[in-house]
Amino acid sequence: MIVAVASGKGGTGKTTVSASLAATWERPLVAVDLDVEEPNLHLFLKPSLVSIETVNLEVPVLDAERCTLCRACTELCQFKALAIFGKTLMVMPEMCHGCGGCFEVCPTGALKPGSRELGVMEIGHSRGSIPCLTGRLRIGESMSPPLMRHIRHRMAEMASDMSADVIIDAPPGVSCPAMNAVQDSDVILLVTEPTPFGFHDFQLAWEAFTPLKKPMGVVINRAGLGDDRAYAFCKAKGLPILAEIPYRREIAEHYAKGGLLAELDNEMRWTFASLQEGLDRLHGQDPRAQPGDPVGECEGGRRASSASGRSPLAPDQGAAHA
Amino acid sequence: MREIVVISGKGGTGKTSLTAAFAHLAQNKILCDLDVDAPDLHILLEPKTTRQCAFLSGHEATIDPALCQACGICAAKCRFRAIQAVEGSYRIDPTRCEGCKVCVALCPHQAIDFQERLCGTWYQSETRFGPMVHAQLFPGQENSGRLVSLLKQQARDLAEQRGIDLIISDGSPGIGCPVIASLSQATLALIVTEPTPSGMHDLKRIAELCEHFRIRIAVLVNKWDLNPENTTAIESLCLEKGYAMAGRLPHDTQVAQAMVQRKAVTELDENPFNLQVRQIWKGIEALLPNH
Repeated sequence: MIVAVASGKGGTGKTTVSASLAATWERPLVAVDLDVEEPNLHLFLKPSLVSIETVNLEVPVLDAERCTLCRACTELCQFKALAIFGKTLMVMPEMCHGCGGCFEVCPTGALKPGSRELGVMEIGHSRGSIPCLTGRLRIGESMSPPLMRHIRHRMAEMASDMSADVIIDAPPGVSCPAMNAVQDSDVILLVTEPTPFGFHDFQLAWEAFTPLKKPMGVVINRAGLGDDRAYAFCKAKGLPILAEIPYRREIAEHYAKGGLLAELDNEMRWTFASLQEGLDRLHGQDPRAQPGDPVGECEGGRRASSASGRSPLAPDQGAAHA
Repeated sequence: MREIVVISGKGGTGKTSLTAAFAHLAQNKILCDLDVDAPDLHILLEPKTTRQCAFLSGHEATIDPALCQACGICAAKCRFRAIQAVEGSYRIDPTRCEGCKVCVALCPHQAIDFQERLCGTWYQSETRFGPMVHAQLFPGQENSGRLVSLLKQQARDLAEQRGIDLIISDGSPGIGCPVIASLSQATLALIVTEPTPSGMHDLKRIAELCEHFRIRIAVLVNKWDLNPENTTAIESLCLEKGYAMAGRLPHDTQVAQAMVQRKAVTELDENPFNLQVRQIWKGIEALLPNH
């Protein structure tokens, strides 16, 4: 199961929810931060870094000797990455989306593949066993979708190799980066807060993601803030509210210290355990059927360790971070 | 023209609530909501729209099934994996199509249409605090950077028409395309941060982006009392990097209360919290060059 944690409005608690879900997940898991502009999941899962890879986009480089100024490339390019000034073809690699069209239409082979650095992909391990995949956009780079596509590709490989579930921490908003982040998911978990801004952006997110026809569930964070329209909206649209996190100052302080919400107290531990059950139900998967299935057999050792060490109900977890 | 852009890197640090307060306090200004993806400023300012325009940007490819010979060239050449075979024909997923035109150019049967894409709507409005330009990108659309640039131009034109020389803009989270567009020609980037690991991490990245474009930075620490140690660390960072300190504000439920009443926090009865907001605005005004 791939769960994308998304929101519309920023700062509603996507990372808080993703990190606590990941830390208490009862099956093999890959935690993925697709908010490549401002990745924050690692600040709470604190993975030890295993590798870091530069991610590039293929962009054209000009071989001026071969260019006949035929304009085939400038007429095709929709992103103003190629232009003719006087008697020279100019390449603006930072404008390029990497569609490869110019290579296709150039009749003389004057455009050769070069690269622009988009950012990096970091792979680490959190809590001994959870692989964490993070995309980090280069500062000054404007396009996040190509880097996200690269991370998503690796995410699919890792999840399939490990027969693991995936939790994706998505970027805020409802435009191309957010859509990109939820595209591979089986379930979308929308995190909202009961404020006028929260509700407005929650409706936008629902509207943006509905055409994808994926099951959606809701977490209401900072419950009690005063704008309860989200509840009526969820009811009207048949959106299940899978968890509510109360508005409490100590929760904000715990977050400010880098603490995992699921480890704050028993109530929060229970909240995240039941959130996982809710996600499993939403995905049409009965969690109790898991231990006997073939995937369960081959991952048995791992499951046993997670049952003793990472159970959401394990009482020893909270103290270490409190 | 003096232009303040309120940004944060991390979402939810209080950009829009503070922009609304500054909109209330500033004299003679144009207001601009550059968060075209999830705009919220209009919720507090309740604008009366005087002009409404469609935002067309880029194109979208669509395959005419009557002309498609299912040769598969388009799908093989699409680097965005937007084209899939469906029941003996090919179809383009509009959510993945980047509008690059490669499939249109390479289709041997001219079976692919390339229509302009309607991406959103932009508005010019009047509010109780002055004129405002804002927009709504349609959910799931792209080209938010171009829409941000368009709004900035509209705000400048409007300011010139009305003899106003201050624009206050509410920005979007992140450091990508819309944020880069919003920083273009800004006089001051006001970064609203919070003393949390995410707030601090994202502050460093957004500040580095501003430095990259040589935009002057002022930092406001919101909810500072959630972690005084982190607040001190942020203030030391600002000192070290030469960022102006716009001040600090405590964590206060008034911000949410004002929002529920559709008011700027400075429109509530005078109290210690909103007096601090007034003080901060005076400091920010002092950072701007004179007329």
